[in-house]
Amino acid sequence: MLLAIQLLSVLAHSIFATIQGGPDMLSRRALFRAAATTMVFAAPRLAAAQAVGPYALPALPYAFDANEPHIDAMTMQIHHDRHHAAYVANLNGAVKDYPQLATLAPDALIARLAEIPETIRSVVRNSGGGHANHTMFWQIMGGKGGNPSGTLAAAIERDLGGFEAFKASFNRSGAGVFGSGWVFVTVSREGKLALAPRSNQDTPLMDGGRVLLGNDMWEHAYYLKYQNRRPDYLTAWWNVLDWSKIAARYDQAMAGTLGV
Amino acid sequence: MAFELPALPYSTSALAANGMCQETLELHHGKHHNAYVTALNGFVAANAALQGKSLEEIVKLSHNDAGLAGVFNNAGQHWNHIVFWENMSAHGGGIPGKLETKITEDFGSVQAFKDAFKTAATTQFGSGWAWLVLGTDGKLKCTKTPNGSNPLATGEGKVLLGCDVWEHAYYLDFRNVRPNYVDNWLNKLANYEYAAAQL
Ligand SMILES: [Fe+2]
Repeated sequence: MLLAIQLLSVLAHSIFATIQGGPDMLSRRALFRAAATTMVFAAPRLAAAQAVGPYALPALPYAFDANEPHIDAMTMQIHHDRHHAAYVANLNGAVKDYPQLATLAPDALIARLAEIPETIRSVVRNSGGGHANHTMFWQIMGGKGGNPSGTLAAAIERDLGGFEAFKASFNRSGAGVFGSGWVFVTVSREGKLALAPRSNQDTPLMDGGRVLLGNDMWEHAYYLKYQNRRPDYLTAWWNVLDWSKIAARYDQAMAGTLGV
Repeated sequence: MAFELPALPYSTSALAANGMCQETLELHHGKHHNAYVTALNGFVAANAALQGKSLEEIVKLSHNDAGLAGVFNNAGQHWNHIVFWENMSAHGGGIPGKLETKITEDFGSVQAFKDAFKTAATTQFGSGWAWLVLGTDGKLKCTKTPNGSNPLATGEGKVLLGCDVWEHAYYLDFRNVRPNYVDNWLNKLANYEYAAAQL
């Protein structure tokens, strides 16, 4: 039941973001109105929501408070239900007149930015990147931290100088992102790892690369709990990683099946 | 001579009734702006070519120089925040006659100006700034810049108003809803007396 309510709320946000046509156009009052409407007319609205566009906000694979105390539930809720939902809504808005583009998976879409019509290219770049990045981000969290193991641990040892050195250089790289952006670890088909910071919602997927993991350096990812202390957020973030999920992504990358 | 964090021209609680709470101002001025000043001074201390230069000179000479990206980011943000504190007021929102006349001439109406400013502020993707500038053609226009950049660097004109749209400027007060922050800023916080004085 809780899950169902959460899902409805997510859909309501998504619907309303699309109607308003902007990532920042959600007013709290509008959200409540949309949510209330959806609750009353739940069944028809669900059908309508599916028709909104080809890209969908994935449900968060755990509760909002699953990453407490390192990432607070309020931050998770706003981040997923509003920020990520807005990227999805804007992406759907951008591709609505281009049905052939909308058949592409998000990673395939943003790997072809040069071929995207110029009128929608920057929206696809920003919102498609935002959709891909956040989808990856939710997947790799919800865990209890700890250490990587097996072939992934060996690759971290080989390519990034070991887990402790990797964490230190990743945190330094994240602290050095000026303004909004991300710090990623890319993984090649051969399993080689590398650090890759990016601005705004850009991602190595746009250069044909694959992302093993990444941390969100936008202030919205940490401001409610850490305010200006991004380094503290970076340090705490390792405690919520799910290394079994990340190891599975590593295996998929080498099998050529890793998506966003 | 090191650059210094200027004092706020009002108390940190002065804008709370107008939609910018004390904690926002304490963090924004005392932590964010202060960190830009500290970082800028570090760059200047390590680079003789920057020493003895004014803030404006450093912003201009580091613009579009990849080797000086860190200098530009922090010098730009120092300059931008100096404008930002000055162009807000606890009695903001009222547009003096002389400026209103100019706005009406160049935008058609005050509402058209606000719409243009809001569009600039809400379409700046990620961190950045929205501006009201007096262009070299003598006309007012609204523009936007990413991260630490500004119209001084881009040569787009003389700044009358600058609104910070980094999330740190509004996240405690407005969360993700940047359009509401910008509406509130234009109607309750913007110091149009400051803007008019730049004409
Ligand atoms: Fe984010």
